[in-house]
Amino acid sequence: MEVILKIENLSKQYRLGLVGTGTLSDDFKRWWYKIRGKEDPFLKIGDSNDRSLCQDSDYVWALQEINFDVREGEVIGIIGKNGAGKSTLLKILSRVTSPTTGEIKTKGRIASLLEVGTGFHPELTGKENIYLNGAILGMTKAEIKSKESEIVNFSGCTRYIDTPVKRYSSGMRVRLAFAVAAFLEPDILVIDEVLAVGDADFQKKAIGKMQDISKGEGRTVLFVSHNMAAVKSLCTRAIVLEHGKIVFSGNTDEAVSYYLKGDAKTNNVKIFNHNEIETPIFSLRKLIVKNEGRGVEDPISENLNIDLKTFIDIKSDAPERYHVTYHLYNEIGDALFSFSSARGGLELKQGVNSISCTFPKDFFQSGEYYLTFFLIEDRKRAHFIEKDIINFTVIDAERALGVYFGREPGYIRPNFKWELHD
Amino acid sequence: MDTLKEDKWLYTISSKQKLINLNFKEIWRYRDLIVLFVKRDVVTVYKQTILGPLWYFIQPLFTSIIFTVIFNDLASIPTGLAPAFLFNLAGITSWNYFKECLTKTSSTFTSNQNIFGKVYFPRVIIPIATVLSNLIKFGIQLLVFIIFYLYYFYFQNAQISPNSSLLLFPVLAVTMALLGLGFGMVISSLTTKYRDMTFLVQFGVQLLMYASAVMYPISFFKAKLPSMSWLVEYNPLTTVIEAFRYMTLGVGDYSIEKLMYAFVFGVVIFILGLIVFNRTERSFIDTV
Repeated sequence: MEVILKIENLSKQYRLGLVGTGTLSDDFKRWWYKIRGKEDPFLKIGDSNDRSLCQDSDYVWALQEINFDVREGEVIGIIGKNGAGKSTLLKILSRVTSPTTGEIKTKGRIASLLEVGTGFHPELTGKENIYLNGAILGMTKAEIKSKESEIVNFSGCTRYIDTPVKRYSSGMRVRLAFAVAAFLEPDILVIDEVLAVGDADFQKKAIGKMQDISKGEGRTVLFVSHNMAAVKSLCTRAIVLEHGKIVFSGNTDEAVSYYLKGDAKTNNVKIFNHNEIETPIFSLRKLIVKNEGRGVEDPISENLNIDLKTFIDIKSDAPERYHVTYHLYNEIGDALFSFSSARGGLELKQGVNSISCTFPKDFFQSGEYYLTFFLIEDRKRAHFIEKDIINFTVIDAERALGVYFGREPGYIRPNFKWELHD
Repeated sequence: MDTLKEDKWLYTISSKQKLINLNFKEIWRYRDLIVLFVKRDVVTVYKQTILGPLWYFIQPLFTSIIFTVIFNDLASIPTGLAPAFLFNLAGITSWNYFKECLTKTSSTFTSNQNIFGKVYFPRVIIPIATVLSNLIKFGIQLLVFIIFYLYYFYFQNAQISPNSSLLLFPVLAVTMALLGLGFGMVISSLTTKYRDMTFLVQFGVQLLMYASAVMYPISFFKAKLPSMSWLVEYNPLTTVIEAFRYMTLGVGDYSIEKLMYAFVFGVVIFILGLIVFNRTERSFIDTV
């Protein structure tokens, strides 16, 4: 497939702070340099866009030296934390703002869905707004007319279609707006977080439509989302942005892991110094949580077995009296359940024990979990308790196409036995 | 990359810019949007009102009545052979078109930042739509003028007669649109970063009306205040309004040269406005 979109050395600088007399003097300085034929003095300064650091410069680079090519028919995911420059990139692509330096060349027409429902006029009816919104997005009247009934049906607002949009609920507005946008037919479609709207039912419909667009119709799509399940399922390739720079570009799965690894919140291995967690009876050496068959560095995926490994040194003469128990908590501190080596009939021996406990695949919902460690004596009292000894994050895996991408309620999703009786 | 391949790109988004970027092909592709914006502007104004489009009639009518009472009856400003009411109505109708074009265009960027911040279409479509929708309003108000004109002509036997110069009326309308559009685009561009201009527009338009011979004939001003008359005389709006009154009522200071002066003035302002507008549209969303 040939290259349809080429981004070369793209940078975008923003000025921080308020617009006031300070900006006026900067504007004069810029103009003064310009009429003398010199380069803009403010392009040389400017920091990378790291919000957590306190830097002096009033200028930051929201994007810096972005280079990549998009081939026809590719669905590219753009991921990154808030403030990484994703939206700025999409804004430049959709020509809402222009780059500070560099350029983008394209062979196709680009249409963007940066937040749907732009240009809805509250006084106009749903139908009038379909035409107005469609035209704003670049459709001709004839195109909209040919798709009008489809759009109305897709939105599910048939009954309200001749009522002014100001009487609509916010959900209906979004549905109508997405419906208009979904029937756009540009060569390159730019989508920013539209899946965050609507109820589960509509989300399903929206994602289904997006899959039709990208897979069925072979359209080129640039897709920005924080929904890793959606990115994994829809995209053929992904780009990770961090502080305005591309830090990873390639395979979607690798990109998602790269992005999630950057999350310092997870700590899948915990090594204890001797005497850190130690009594005359035992000392705890190491804890590991990871996917079976994967490394400790990899993020923990919901669709693989998860191993919890405990390395414990039992010093007592009667090791059979002791058992390891864990309590599992969610991120807001609700206890979910407890599990114990006593239940598994495991007998510890004197010296270093390496115990593993395996959770079956598709057991956890995505989310962050905390474990509390207990050493139980004689199966009746706790010899030792350590709260939140380790925490781990389970992430969404890719899902089958057409399946709900959001997070279902609850924390575990056990696989019960289901049968059909005649 | 070799030049052969370079040519195949549909378009380039770049930091470089041309002085005037008026892509007629692109604007033509968005013609449906212009029509819809015009429809939106015209229709939504009288949504949820009882009198509806009648408001377009009421505003110039009442202003003319007030002007007639204050300036002609009370302050006794002479209006020549023309009836004072018609004189004022002619002035206000043409002034209104310029004023509406100017004020609406001057808020192009600030009032459309929601749309501009999300999707691309040639930004100049909004001012174009503004001028067209105001042309419709102007047409409606012209209708009011014609009704009263006929009333005075047939029932009051007023000494008014249209003359051949009326054929140049389209030039007059275009001049007003160019002036309103040009000034409006300059102001809209300046307001994106520094909001000071919005305050200026609010009372500046009021002041400009007094300097544009709307409620008095220029001849009267010249006779009373000869030292200041240059201010009113070189104001292209004075020329436009005086010409409109000459065309319809037969009173006023009119010559082809003066009309051409106003027209050229309008074209220059329009081009200037377009240049400033083009510079601003590219990245105004960062500073608005």
